[in-house]
Order: sequence, then C-alpha cells, then structure tokens
Amino acid sequence: MKVKMLSWNPDNYVRETKLDLQRVPRNYDPTLHPFEVPREHVRALNATKLERVFAKPFLASLDGHRDGVNCLAKHPKNLATVLSGACNGEVRIWNLTQRNCIRTIQAHEGFVRGICTRFCGNSFFTVGDDKTVKQWKMDGPGYGEEEEPLHTILGKTVYTGIDHHWKEAVFASCGQQVDIWDEQRTNPICSMTWGFDSISSVKFNPVETFLLGSCASDRNIVLYDMRQATPLKKVILDMRTNTICWNPMEAFSFTAANEDYNLYTFDMRALDTPVMVHMDHVSAVLDVDYSPTGKEFVSASFDKSIRIFPVDKSQSREVYHTKRMQHVIRVKWTSNSKYIMCGSDEMNIRLWKANASEKLGVLTSREKAAKDYNQKLKEKFQHYPHIKRIARHRHLPKSIYSQIQEQRIMKEARRRKEVNHIKHSKPGSVPIVSEKKKHIVAVVK
Amino acid sequence: METAPKPGSDVPPKKDKLQTKRKKPREWKNPESQRSLSGAQDPFPGPAPVPVEVVQKFCRIDKSRKLPRSKAKTRSRLEVAEAEEEETSIKAARSELLLAEEPGFLEGEDGEDTAKICQADIVEAVDIASAAKHFDLNLRQFGPYRLNYSRTGRHLAFGGRRGHVAALDWVTKKLMCEINVMEAVRDIRFLHSEALLAVAQNRWLHIYDNQGIELHCIRRCDRVTRLEFLPFHFLLATASETGFLTYLDVSVGKIVAALNARAGRLDVMSQNPYNAVIHLGHSNGTVSLWSPAMKEPLAKILCHRGGVRAVAVDSTGTYMATSGLDHQLKIFDLRGTYQPLSTRTLPHGAGHLAFSQRGLLVAGMGDVVNIWAGQGKASPPSLEQPYLTHRLSGPVHGLQFCPFEDVLGVGHSGGITSMLVPGAGEPNFDGLESNPYRSRKQRQEWEVKALLEKVPAELICLDPRALAEVDVISLEQGKKERIERLGYDPEAKAPFQPKPKQKGRSSTASLVKRKRKVMDEEHRDKVRQSLQQQQQQQKEAKAKSTGARPSALDRFVR
Repeated sequence: MKVKMLSWNPDNYVRETKLDLQRVPRNYDPTLHPFEVPREHVRALNATKLERVFAKPFLASLDGHRDGVNCLAKHPKNLATVLSGACNGEVRIWNLTQRNCIRTIQAHEGFVRGICTRFCGNSFFTVGDDKTVKQWKMDGPGYGEEEEPLHTILGKTVYTGIDHHWKEAVFASCGQQVDIWDEQRTNPICSMTWGFDSISSVKFNPVETFLLGSCASDRNIVLYDMRQATPLKKVILDMRTNTICWNPMEAFSFTAANEDYNLYTFDMRALDTPVMVHMDHVSAVLDVDYSPTGKEFVSASFDKSIRIFPVDKSQSREVYHTKRMQHVIRVKWTSNSKYIMCGSDEMNIRLWKANASEKLGVLTSREKAAKDYNQKLKEKFQHYPHIKRIARHRHLPKSIYSQIQEQRIMKEARRRKEVNHIKHSKPGSVPIVSEKKKHIVAVVK
Repeated sequence: METAPKPGSDVPPKKDKLQTKRKKPREWKNPESQRSLSGAQDPFPGPAPVPVEVVQKFCRIDKSRKLPRSKAKTRSRLEVAEAEEEETSIKAARSELLLAEEPGFLEGEDGEDTAKICQADIVEAVDIASAAKHFDLNLRQFGPYRLNYSRTGRHLAFGGRRGHVAALDWVTKKLMCEINVMEAVRDIRFLHSEALLAVAQNRWLHIYDNQGIELHCIRRCDRVTRLEFLPFHFLLATASETGFLTYLDVSVGKIVAALNARAGRLDVMSQNPYNAVIHLGHSNGTVSLWSPAMKEPLAKILCHRGGVRAVAVDSTGTYMATSGLDHQLKIFDLRGTYQPLSTRTLPHGAGHLAFSQRGLLVAGMGDVVNIWAGQGKASPPSLEQPYLTHRLSGPVHGLQFCPFEDVLGVGHSGGITSMLVPGAGEPNFDGLESNPYRSRKQRQEWEVKALLEKVPAELICLDPRALAEVDVISLEQGKKERIERLGYDPEAKAPFQPKPKQKGRSSTASLVKRKRKVMDEEHRDKVRQSLQQQQQQQKEAKAKSTGARPSALDRFVR
C-alpha cells in the first residue's frame, strides 16, 4: 500500500530566532475564508466610523490683519508662502509652516481689491480702491530700505480684480472693462468689453493660457481670447456670478460661484447647459478654487461655511465651519492639494486639511496599506444605507441647519406646483425643463 | 484652441478621461518581436496556462444573474468590475503554485481494498512524527467521552459523562487542565480560541478557562444537550431538552435569541460552516434550518422515515449527510435543490456523523467507524465502498476530524482514540485565519481583529453573499417614487429631436420626414418584439400540453 500522511516540518512554519519576522503562509482559497461579504461589510462600517472619529480638519488660524481679508494669493513656487490683502489696504505675507506673518505692507488707501503673483514668484501685483496697480518684490526690502513698490500704474477708474498670465509677462485687470497689460507699459495693450456694467473678477485659464474668463454685474460670464483681443462668447445666468475658477486639469472646464447659492460647472464649448449644478450652500457663494488634481473644488460662502465638492457630483462631500469664522470671502486650495486656506471678514485666515481624517506626516508602509484598504472598503460599500448614513453625517451650526430645512420646504413647494401645473395642462404644452437648464437665461456668441 | 468648439446642445463633454478607463483584455506581445540578441525564441510563448477549475474556484460574480436596466455609467462600471474580476481570479489561480504542501493519500496496491487496512499497518508505514499522532487514552472510569478540537487543530478538549473535563495540546501532549466538574457533562466546545471552554453540564451551561477556572454559569441555558460555536459571529448555539435553541453572544455575554423549535426534545444539532445556519434533526424525520434572525425555521427538509439521529454538513456548505432510525445514510444537496444525492442502507444505524475539511465523511455505528471518500475535494463522498474502517473498544459517543491534520478524534466509552486518516486534512492553512503555529502575540492580534470584524447575528441567512446582491426590489421602488415625485420619468428615452442641419436640410418638411422615419423604426421594433413574445408563449403552451400524460390529479395543479 502507498500511504502519505500530511506532516509539517516545524522549521518551515516557526521562526528561527526571536529577532526574525513571524512566518505567515497564505492560502487564498475562498473555502478557508468564509463570510467574505459580511466581514468586509463590518470592516467597512468600522472604517467609516473611524473616519468620522479622526475627522479633525482645523489646523491653524493666522491673525494679524486689522480689517476683513479681501483677497488671497498663493506663491507659485513656494508652498509655505501665502499673500493676503485686507479691507484697510494692508497686504501681508505669511509663512504657513511657522504660522506667522513675515511681512506687512501698507499697499493701498481703501480696499485691496485684488492680488496676484507673477508666474516666476519674484514679484506680485495688487490693485486697490485708489485706482492704482502696484507691483512689489516678493523678497522684503533690504536693510535700511523703505517698502516701495517696484512699479505703480495710475488708472482712471477703480480696478476690481487682477490676474496674471500663467506663462507670459502679461496681466489682466478688470473694473469698467477688461484690460490686458504688458508689464513694461503703463497703458493697457488692449481693452475688451461687452455690455455696460462693471466687471467683478477676471481669471486666466492655466492650460490654454490665452483664454480669460470674467464675471460682470449684469449676470453674465464672458470668455475672452487674448490673441484676437476680442470677447468669444458669454452666458447670461439668473443671478450674478461672483467669481469663476478654471479647472487646472481640463482646459475647457470652469466653475462659477453664483449669488443664487449654487455653483455651476460649465464646459466652455457648450455654454447653454452647465455640466453640473452644485447645490448645497444656503447663502451666496463668494469664491471657488480648484484642487490641483482637478477632481474637486472648494467654495466659500456668505453663510459662514466652506464646502468641498467633487467635480462630477452635485452634493458636497465636506463642510467646514467654526463658531469664530464669519462670512468667508476668499478660499484657496494649496498647490500640494492637501490644505485649504480661507480668508473671512473677521480678519483671520484659517488653514484646514482637505481630507479631514488624513494623518499628516510620513506614514509607514503598514499604515499606508491599512489606509488604502480602508479607502477601498469605504468606496466599495458607500451605497449601503447604514454606511452612507454615517459617512454623510456632519454637524452643522444651527443657522445653516435651519436654513437648509427652510429652503428644502420652499423647493418642495415649488416642485409640487410645477408638477401639478404639468399634470393639469394638456400633455406636451408645458415643457419640462431640467434643473440644469433652468438657471441659464441665454448664450450669446 | 485652434479647433472650432463642437456644436449641438446635446453633446456632453468627454468625461471618459476622468473616469476609470475601460479595461481591455491585455494583448500579449507578438512572440516574433521578442527575439533576443542570440536569435533564440521563447519555446512557450504567451502566459503560462492556468487550469480552468482553479480559476472557477476564485470567481465570485454570478454572470447568469440578470440585473435591471441601468444607466450607461453604471453599466460601464459593471463591465470594468467584471473584467477586473476575471484578471484577479487568473492571478489568484496562479498563486496556487506557491502552496507548499500536498494532501495525504492512501492507495491499495493490486486492487487491495483500503477498508481492510488497519491502523497498525498505517502507523508502521508512515514516519515517526505522523505515527505519534495515533494514540489511545484509556479512561474507563468517567464514562463515555465527547470531544472537540479547537479551530486551529492544536488543542483538544474532552468531557466524560461522569464529570471529567480536560484540555490539552494533543500534538505535544501537554496538559492544560484536568478537572472534575462533579456533574454530568453532556457536551463540550472550545469557544473562539483555546483559552475558553463551554461545558454543557446536567443543569446549566458553564464556561471555563483553559486552566480549569470556572468563569460563568449561564442559568438561562438549562438542560443543554448539544453545543455549537459559530466562530465568525461569536455565537454559541445551544440545543436543550426543553425544545429551545438559544444563541449566546460570547463577546458581549448576551443571549441574542431564544427560539422555540416546537419539536420536543432537541438532541441532534450541527452547523453549516458556509453560512452559519444551525441544522436540527427531529424525531419525525425532518431536519430544520435555523437562523437567529427569524423565529421560524428557514427551511424544513424531510429526510428519513424514522427519527433523524445525526446530521453533518461539509465545510463548503454543499452537502448534508443525515442518518436516521431507518438505518439509512443519505447525502443531500444543500445548494439549489434540497434533494438526496445518494443513499446507503447501513447494517447498524449511525449515531454520529462528521465531515472533514477535504470532504471525507465518517459515520460512527456502535463501536465501528466507517470513513467514505469522494473523488476530489469538490465531489460528494461516494457511499459504495468505505475508504477506511476501525473498531473501537466501546460504543462511539463523539467524532470530529482534526482541522489541518490527517487525524480523526473519536470519543467512546473507553476514552479517546486518535486515528490516522490520510487525506482528511487541508494541507495549506492560511496564516491570518487559523494558524496552528501561531505565537501568543499572533493569537492576541488575531483575537482583536476577529472581535472587530464580528459579523452581527442578523446577517445569518441561507446565502451569505446576499448582502452583495443588487437590491432589485428597492431599486424598482425608488424608481417609482422618483417618477411620482418629479411628475415625469427622468430616465425615459427623450423624444427624438432631429439635429439642426445647414444648407436647407432643416426645413419643416425634412424635419417631419426625419421624425417619421425614427417613429416608424421604433414601431417596427415594437411589433417585432411582440411577435416574438407571442411565438414564445405559443411554444411554451405547446410544450406544456404535449409533456406529461393527463392525470386525475391535474385538477389540483394551480
């Protein structure tokens, strides 16, 4: 007879010395790992709960300004530097790692309306209520020198915004019209305008660098081509847009922060329907900034919160608020896509984590593996009701919470009336307009 | 941008670049292009072949299931997931190459019957380490013994009818504890690790440490005849003489459910390791399946003409073996039809049944144990010829195969016998699940992780993968509600809008003509579909009518 018994050599299964790692043989046969789905479900539930436990996004508050923060700008090369302009004309340069202010300049009399850095990082421009555009050096004045701008341009009208080209020595300012300036000249190389109202902000496209977008008070968003020095097309919305931001990864896509509490993501090629309407704020949206990954953006609103939205979803994934933070005027996403800075009108700039439960610093390989596994589990089970409920839960201040309830009731009432209108009229006589198209008035080429 | 912007309002921007790319099957490089400098060619071009059954083992998506029609985005995501699953199952099948051990076997030469080979011959023929696994403990004083191996297979606990309870590491023969509980012991079970023992004593259920210290006396579980531990739910199921099936959660110490089986005294119980369902055998020949979430049994299977005396379920949850007072031993198919696959009449009724990890079935009939084996791991054991037999010194009272070893433990009235059964144990264990060679630290880490991922008792049902299925009912319900709320169906196909064209092709007449074309096409499709449905119905009616001969009982067919 031929017989063989199963026998293990302990040398293959037990470690030799205390200093060795333990041996862990693996067999992935599903019969040895029963209850895969329920166990993964429980692990996903635990991962979601722990994510909420470790969600502590607030990092620091930079105070020093003596009036509300009106504009923010990032340094293009240095992650730790941020510039801010206040409503009393003061411009401060902050170091984020040391969380202190490294330089203060009394730049303008009146508001600092806009601030932007040059693409090389050596200088920055500011515009103010005193109708001037000033260019300053990024490094401070040397010993014994006075704080003087490199260059001052006097204009005839108030300038309300400024943005610098991403590659060339050209910048654009807006006020009564959009002016394109060459850095060496004191007169704009061209002025573009379409309509008769003032323009509140202007932004250059980071990918297709000759494109510009601007928002005007007559509720339109105009796109310009710098090479042809003409406006390209405009879209008229229901209410005024405060700012736009171009998607750094997709050349044709931009998001507009509107007064009707929504944000609209447009595809430049087809402006008559927004790609997505992002509805979650309960008051006017004042600023929007994209993450360098191009997949998410952050919005600042007059209700005292900032929200992070994914580009392809209409609901926010995260909301940050503090008792001390009042109306948030400006928000920026840092260039390493990890932090968010917001400037509010109570004179503070706050630094937040973009992923609230992320552990900062260097992670060991085991930590990374556990984090990736938990991330994948949360993604896989995100639609299950128990898990969705926990993942979506956020504490909101009473003002925002009650506003949300009220606005939901109003929206429901409006929708019920529309449904009844459609039901009780001749079928086909009342057109069904999708939510996306409702807010666009016209597109003009 | 030099190109003109795309026209048309219904052209969505290309977002495919942001979404996951659709995974195309990997195209292997042309072998001719991989010639090395010497001009030699790979004699086995392409990827190494993988056996199909092994790949099937790792496939988890049931492709035959029909899902309701979903949006294009969801459909593309499902396709990507299916392609990924195929790739990963091939990779997992390849990783089987790394498994170091081979299962045991016993073959007779020249048509020799393996059933005639006795244990002494096997002990002589194998190596010393394996021979040491065969031992007899002569314990005649304290009554017939019942035994239980821990989940890793290293530790053995046994309890005699007259109160003798002991736990030991049977490989090194190191005794952990030995006590006499001064009461009749009806059943004994290890809890999740070798640190805790549950003993069903005459009156109540007691929990002991592996040092013999009594930790708990659970008075709500009285007159317990049988115990079963569900390891992934941390539930101890007890069947009592009063007819109650009680589930006790040992991690929090609460009784999760006390179900009245309404079938009198319960003394035949087994668990299905695949879905944690408890099988109870009754004296009217039925086996009922229980879950703590439901007050009624999940299913009742009529198995035998007399009472059911033993039930066992294999580790994959595919086969159930039952034996009854009618001297029959039957194997049922548990996945799909609950029909008997094979039957065998035994000279003496089998009072105890057990399955091994590799699908061997053992039956204890009086003082003889018979073991039947199947062709491979996946097939049921063939009951024609026994694989091995053994006679013990007393009637059998407890049977269990040791996990991960080729050993069968038998508790009888003369003590404990450990028998060698080549080919019974799973040769390759997974170090993170049950590791017989784990250290104390590894056991502690494993225990913490197991407690964290303890499955709640409400999730026990006949199909453990039910949680991963698409909830079709809720989906349809949600769709209906949305249509009601919005007043129209957002997913309904929008009525055809002819695209505006230049050069006079957009005049009213041509627009009407284009609309008409599309409408006629849709109408033709509808008519074709309805014709097909009618033909199918006619076929089915014909098949039904020409099938069975009309009988008097047809009037009762609904």
